[in-house]
Order: sequence, then C-alpha cells, then structure tokens
Amino acid sequence: MTVTETPFTGGIVGKPRLRREDPALLTGEAKFIDDLQIPGALWLACVRSPYAHARITGIDTSAALAIAGVVAVYTGEDLADAWAAPLPCAWPVTDDMKNPAHYPIAQGKANYAGDIVAVVVAESRYAAADGIEGVVVDYEPLEAVVTIEDAETDRLVIHDDCGTNVSYVWELTPEPDAVTAAFAAAEHHITETFVHQRLIPTAMEPRGVAAVPAPHNGDMTLYSSTQIPHVLRVMAALTVGIPEQKLRVIAPSVGGGFGCKLNVYAEEILCIVLAQRHGVPVRWTEGRTEAAGSTVHGRAQRQTIELAADADGKLTAVRATLLADMGAYLQLVAPGVPLLGAFLYHGLYDVPVYSFTCKSVFTNLTPTDAYRGAGRPEATYAIERAMDALAVAVGVGQDEIRSRNFIPTEKFPYDSPAGLIFDSGNYQPTLDRAKELIDWDGRRAEQAERRAAGSTTHLGLGISSYVEMCGLAPSRTLAALNYGAGGWESATVRILPTCKVQVVTGATPHGQGHETCWSMIVADQLGIDPDDVEVLHSDTSISPLGMDTYGSRSLAVGGTAIWMATEQVIDKARAIAAHMLEANADDLEFAGGTFSVRGSPDKEVPLAGVAFGAFTAHDLPDGMEPNLQAQVTFDPSNFVFPFGTHIAVVEVDEATGAVELLDYAAVDDCGNQINPLIVEGQLHGGIVQGIAQALWEDAAYDADGQCRAANLADYLVPSAAECIDMKLDHTVTPSPSNPMGVKGIGEAGTIASTPAVMNAVVDALRPMGITDITMPASPMTVRRAIEAAQGGSA
Amino acid sequence: MEVSVTVNGTVRSADVEPRTLLVHYLRDVLGLTGTNIGCDTSSCGACTVLVDGRSAKSCTLLAAQVDGADVTTIEGLAGPDGLHPMQQAFHECHALQCGYCTPGMVMAAVSLLDEYDDIDADGVRVGLEGNLCRCTGYQNIVAAVLAAGE
Repeated sequence: MTVTETPFTGGIVGKPRLRREDPALLTGEAKFIDDLQIPGALWLACVRSPYAHARITGIDTSAALAIAGVVAVYTGEDLADAWAAPLPCAWPVTDDMKNPAHYPIAQGKANYAGDIVAVVVAESRYAAADGIEGVVVDYEPLEAVVTIEDAETDRLVIHDDCGTNVSYVWELTPEPDAVTAAFAAAEHHITETFVHQRLIPTAMEPRGVAAVPAPHNGDMTLYSSTQIPHVLRVMAALTVGIPEQKLRVIAPSVGGGFGCKLNVYAEEILCIVLAQRHGVPVRWTEGRTEAAGSTVHGRAQRQTIELAADADGKLTAVRATLLADMGAYLQLVAPGVPLLGAFLYHGLYDVPVYSFTCKSVFTNLTPTDAYRGAGRPEATYAIERAMDALAVAVGVGQDEIRSRNFIPTEKFPYDSPAGLIFDSGNYQPTLDRAKELIDWDGRRAEQAERRAAGSTTHLGLGISSYVEMCGLAPSRTLAALNYGAGGWESATVRILPTCKVQVVTGATPHGQGHETCWSMIVADQLGIDPDDVEVLHSDTSISPLGMDTYGSRSLAVGGTAIWMATEQVIDKARAIAAHMLEANADDLEFAGGTFSVRGSPDKEVPLAGVAFGAFTAHDLPDGMEPNLQAQVTFDPSNFVFPFGTHIAVVEVDEATGAVELLDYAAVDDCGNQINPLIVEGQLHGGIVQGIAQALWEDAAYDADGQCRAANLADYLVPSAAECIDMKLDHTVTPSPSNPMGVKGIGEAGTIASTPAVMNAVVDALRPMGITDITMPASPMTVRRAIEAAQGGSA
Repeated sequence: MEVSVTVNGTVRSADVEPRTLLVHYLRDVLGLTGTNIGCDTSSCGACTVLVDGRSAKSCTLLAAQVDGADVTTIEGLAGPDGLHPMQQAFHECHALQCGYCTPGMVMAAVSLLDEYDDIDADGVRVGLEGNLCRCTGYQNIVAAVLAAGE
C-alpha cells in the first residue's frame, strides 16, 4: 500500500471535532465500575501482606468471621483447588524463561508488600473493610530483595522452584563481529548508564471488578475497569476453567489505563470464583493506597548504552544493555515490555550495526508491566541522553549532532539495524520547527548571558528527537517474539434501514475518544453526518472479536479495520445502486452520500435509498445477500513509526536545586490526523506524564521493600500548578502501512518528553561538570549533585 | 443516625452509620454516582462537591458533618437549558479525556470562579492544585476555566 495523501474527501476527517463522549462524562451520567448498582452483591476485600517477603505461618479468621456483615473469609489454602491455571503471563519471551506459578492468593509465603494472603467477603464495602482488620496473619519476615543489582547476584533467591532470580536474558545482535569492530574503530566511544525509576501508572479511576453469576445456566458476566475485555475473557476463562462462551466481559466507562489496566489481575479471578461459590454477585473496588501494591508499576530498569562514532560524530554502532525489574511475578505482558524498546535504542539515527541485551530479574516488589510507551520511553531516553553526551564529546551542538545522524528521508522505507522496516519519516523539519517554536537561538543567548553574569539560576535547553514503533502489531512479528496472541483488530460496519450506521469495534476506549473518531472516519467515507454513526464496543457480547487498546494501536489497526469494512459496505451498496439505476457499477460515482451515473447526473440514488433497498431485499441483484454489512479483521503488515522533536527549557536554582519548567515545544508527526483535537489532547497529557517521570514521580522503596510513595499525598502526580502551556505543531508524513496513512499518537508525548526535560536539566548544570542527574530531578537530588560537583559533602 | 441534607435542591434524609463519608452517602445512599473517588488521602479532588456553595472534598467529610447543609453535586449543575457554562467550556476546550476527574474538576472550577471573578491562568493553575487529572496535562482545563469566566 502506498499513500501519498489522505484518502478522505468528505470534509470531516482532519478537522477538529468536539467529542460525543463528553456530555455523559461532564454530567455524571457515565457509569464507571463502582457506579454500577448491582443488587445483592457481596463485597470483596483483600488482606495483603505488609511485608515484602515473609513466610505465612498462620492465619486466624475467627475474629473476622465474628464481625457483623462478614460472610466468609478465604485463605490461599481454602481456594487452592479453585484455579484451573495460575494467573497468566502471555509473553514467554524465551523458551527457558523462568515464570513462577502466581496464584490469586499466596500460599506459604508472601513475595511482595501487597501480595494477597486472604480475602474477606461481606455484605457491604464497610463490613468488608472491617473484616480484613479482623484477619490475624502470623508472618515470619524474611530478608527482601529490593534492588535489581541485589537480585542479579542470586544472593537470595525469591522463588525456590526457579533456582535463580533471573527470569530471562534476551539478546538481539544481528552482527556481533561488526559491532565489536565498530567499537574498536570508533573515534568516540560514549558509555552512559541511566536508571529508570519505578513509576505508578495512576489512572485516576482505581481498578474495580464485579462478577455477576447466573448459577442455573452457568453464565458469568464480569465487569472490570479494564483496557482488555477481549483478552481478559480468554485468559479468565482459562484461569478459572469456565467455558469461554459462558463468560461475558464488559468494560464500563473506564477512567484511564495507561497500561496498568492491560492485565489479568487476581481480583478479577477472585470475584469470578467467589461469585460462583456464593451464587451471587461479588464485587471489589480498589483503594488508591491499596493500588500501590495491587496494580502493576512501570519502567524500573537500569540501562547502559554505548555509542560508537567517527570523528564527526556520525554513529557507527549502538549497544544497549538492560537490567529490568519484573517485580515479584510475571504479569500479563511484563517480559515483553523491554522487547518493545529493544529495536529502538538507536533512535531515529542511521546506524549500521546494533546490539541489545536485556536481563530481567525478580525482586520482592510489586510486579511491573506495561506503562504508557512500554519500552519505547526507556529506549528513547537512553539514546537521547547519550546523544547529548556525544555532542559534548564531538564539540558540536545538541541540534547539530542529531541532524548529522538522522536517517535521511530518501532512505525510507528504512531497513533498521535491528531488523525493522521504518515505514516513513522526515525528521529534520521537526527539529527545525521545534527550534523555531522555542526560540532556540534566543534561549541559547540568554543562557550565555546568565552564565557570563554569574547567575545562580541556570538555564537549560534539552532536545529529544524520537521515533517509536506502535500500532501493535503484525501477528507474524509477534510470533517471532513469542507473544501468545495476534495483533489484528476486528470491525463490523452495518448500515441500518434508516441509513443510520452501527460500527462495532474490538478496540476498547478508556478516554481516547474512539466513538468520536470512528464516527468521523465512517461518516467521511459514507457522506453522512457523524452523529448518525453509533459506535459499539467494550462488551464481548456486542463485540465478540477484539484485541483491545494499548500500544497506540486503536487507530492504525482498529481504525483501519473500520475503514476497510466501510469500503466493503460501499462496494456492496454500489452494486445495489447499479442494479437500481440499471447502470454498470463501474460507471457509478459515490460522493456526498449519493451514487450517480458518470455523465448522467439525473440518474442517481442516495445511500439511504440503497440502504432501505438492501433491508427490504425486494429487488436485489441475483444471489446477493440482504442488508449492508461488512466485517473485517485487519492484521497489519508492519508497525507504524511516528516521530518528532520536543524541546524543553528549564531553570535550575543553584541554591535550592529546584527545577522549573519554563517552556516546552513539541513537533510531532503521526501521519494523517483524523481529529486534530484528539491528537493535541493525547500529546498534552502524554507530555506531562513523561515530564512527571523526569521531575516528580518516584515509587521509591526502602531497604525492607516498603513503598515510600504508596498514596497520592506522597506520589507526586503533577497538578495544574506545576505544569505549563505547551507549544505544539506537527508535520504530516503519511504511513504506507495502512490505507488511511495514519500512525499512533497515544504514547508519543510520554516517549519524547522525559529525555527532553532531563537533557535540559543536565544542560543547565553541565558547566559545573555535572553529566547526569538521577530521575526524578527533585530539589534534593539536584542540590546533592551540585554539592558533589562543587566538592562539598553530598 | 439520621442525616438530612439538601442535595441539588431537594431535602434528602437517610439513616446512616455515623462513620459514613459524605461521598459514600452521595454515591451509595442517594445513588448520585457522578461524584467519583480517586484516592484515600484527600489529594486528588475527584470527589469535589459544593457544600453551602464552596468546594469541598466529599471523601474528607462525614455525612453527619453536613447535616442541614446545602450540597451541590455534578448532577445538580446542568439545568433544563443544558450544560452549565463550565461544563460547556470543558466540552468546547477538550478539557476532558477519560472523564473520571472531570466532575470534581468542574465543581472545583465553578467554586474557584465564584470566589475570584477576575482570575488569570496562573490563578487557575494554583486554584485547581487540589484536583488531579492524568489525561489532559491541564492545558485545556485551564483554557476552559478561563473561557467560562469570560
């Protein structure tokens, strides 16, 4: 498929359109999981280990059972026979990957603070909360493995049956000898080590589950605040051992996900099992502090990146080595998260040879998994921070070192040294435009003036140019990576008798505005009003086929399926219209919702006429099925590769170590845009989420494995007061990977912004000899770095 | 204990446990589920409602504390003529995505403009510090509040 421009001619796609999702959300009409009124439901509450690592020597439930409203208490032993399989990990990245059995309730030993050791079922949420206070658990605390460095030594092995804390080692080095040779011959050899702190994804809606049984016919309806109702249905059916067709999963309004609701969680399985056992609905709503131990974390890795370059700073090789923290168990796709970045440690630079290795280890901490960007923010951070170091070594500007190394536009599609094919790109204009927006030269001059004047408020400028791979994913590529599922997406487009349209999609929104965007695509194609297009989703009975929403895939994969299904509907409508007009289908034009015969403008029939004719089926061409409907499952041939350049300007106060964000510019290219309003919103939120990693957020643990930022008072999700207005612009380089020429934009902001800000912080402090600041660049961290650089005590 | 509160203009009375939080009273007793719960440390503001016209975090009050008071929730904001100007501004400025923080954010913004009729962008940013949003990066929220104030 080759796309040079947009295929849209209806005047709807490409223009900002306000969201149809808004009124329900703005008025409180929208129903999130905890809003559901479920008569007769029992409430689940979880007794969680307060210790990161402890033997469970006894559990006394008698006091809990005596509490008013408490119906039952279950320990791991009580439910040992309830599971058909452990909680799933769908991505065994290597054949010898260690994957300890992970059950919804721990037995014998708790392996992280937050591990469930017993559950209470009660008549109300308050009674359930009372109940967990009444469960007395005897623990024998064990020494905890808290750092990845400690884990790697196997000094203390967490899972006896694994025999090691190393889950897997995964390597991608297509030409090892060439890498060695490139480094041997390099004029510049940059080696940088960076740490990605643990982050707590913090969707504003905590998770929640409700399992509603129909005991006599065996049906089970699972409501969950999830990104993945379709994947969850398969996995939950296998884990609980109920027939897949008997399990219906519904994601109601979902209040954000960012990857943390891309999972199969213990509480989902527990609610199903206990609803079966009690014969009534069982529900659970997560508390925010509870979430620090019950919902996956993100990032958490140490990375060493090496660049080989010639005298001009032209890259000749990149080598990345990771040590990644899986936490106590492998969650659904956790082992694959580093792999999603594994191909991108050379960024958007033309590099002949490449090497990547990741070792992933278990710790006694909350399990990690996908978090907005999943692997790609980590890769982008490494290469973009290292490129600044290379610029210093070569003695050129941060902008110049990037321009020298950008993959030339004429090389697209680009065969990457890691084995990917970058679909399309034109990188230099994004850097040029971002510099313009930020007044690069003016800011550099201001920086020089401040330095000359001896100012103690230091200005820093940081560039981050990025490319990412998203639109997950070609199924054959996933097979090559040992992923346990495909990467397709499904859509049905159906024109109703009155020419209103139903779109059924397997993509599952949780804030993205899918309903608005999908209606725009179909309305543009059909020449109708977007308000006449209904979008159905997030319920496996309404939308039985789907692979859900993550990895910036919904538009590039799910949207493409919708586009293709609509084209098929138009083809069928064209055949019916030709029959009605007694014309050759090839002679028909379709525009503005009307079929007309080329050269005979009076011979025309509106789509509404065709739709009604297809419904009545009174006079269809011989052999044609009634109704206008098409179902398409689209499996992409390639990822899509959005790109761009972000520039941050910060001010660092030498006296306090405080970093203030002064300005931010972002120029992104996600190919053709469907709804620019949505693109802008995704970028705003994504950028702030990445800045938050750079400056504020840190799921820090103490030496005993206790999270020191387990609630929103201590975990610094930014407020409006810390944030600034961002300057956005874009370029348009359509993707040839899909007929709409689109690329994803949901994760781009987060991928780009963290290194832009950290490069700016380091740029501000570089005259002091500072070359790295550990994230987050809190006042204390910065101040200690300054003191160390000035020879004082840290 | 008996708690009687005027909620969105109607007197509502119910017998509740003394420990019942206002937010649970609104959600679980009165069925007004538009007010959301996003944390347990009074940090996120998702549960913001108006108590006697001023914004308050309903997870931080007991229902008993507002006995006799006048409470407005997000359900009470839109009138027969449609959305409240603040809701309309949030819509037009694309100031919401997942929408979970939105009811609390809107209520806090209504209260903020009520308190300060001449407020600038920095004032809005500081004034909404107690309400967290994970989706929007706040830029369009600030724009919406300023637009609603015009």
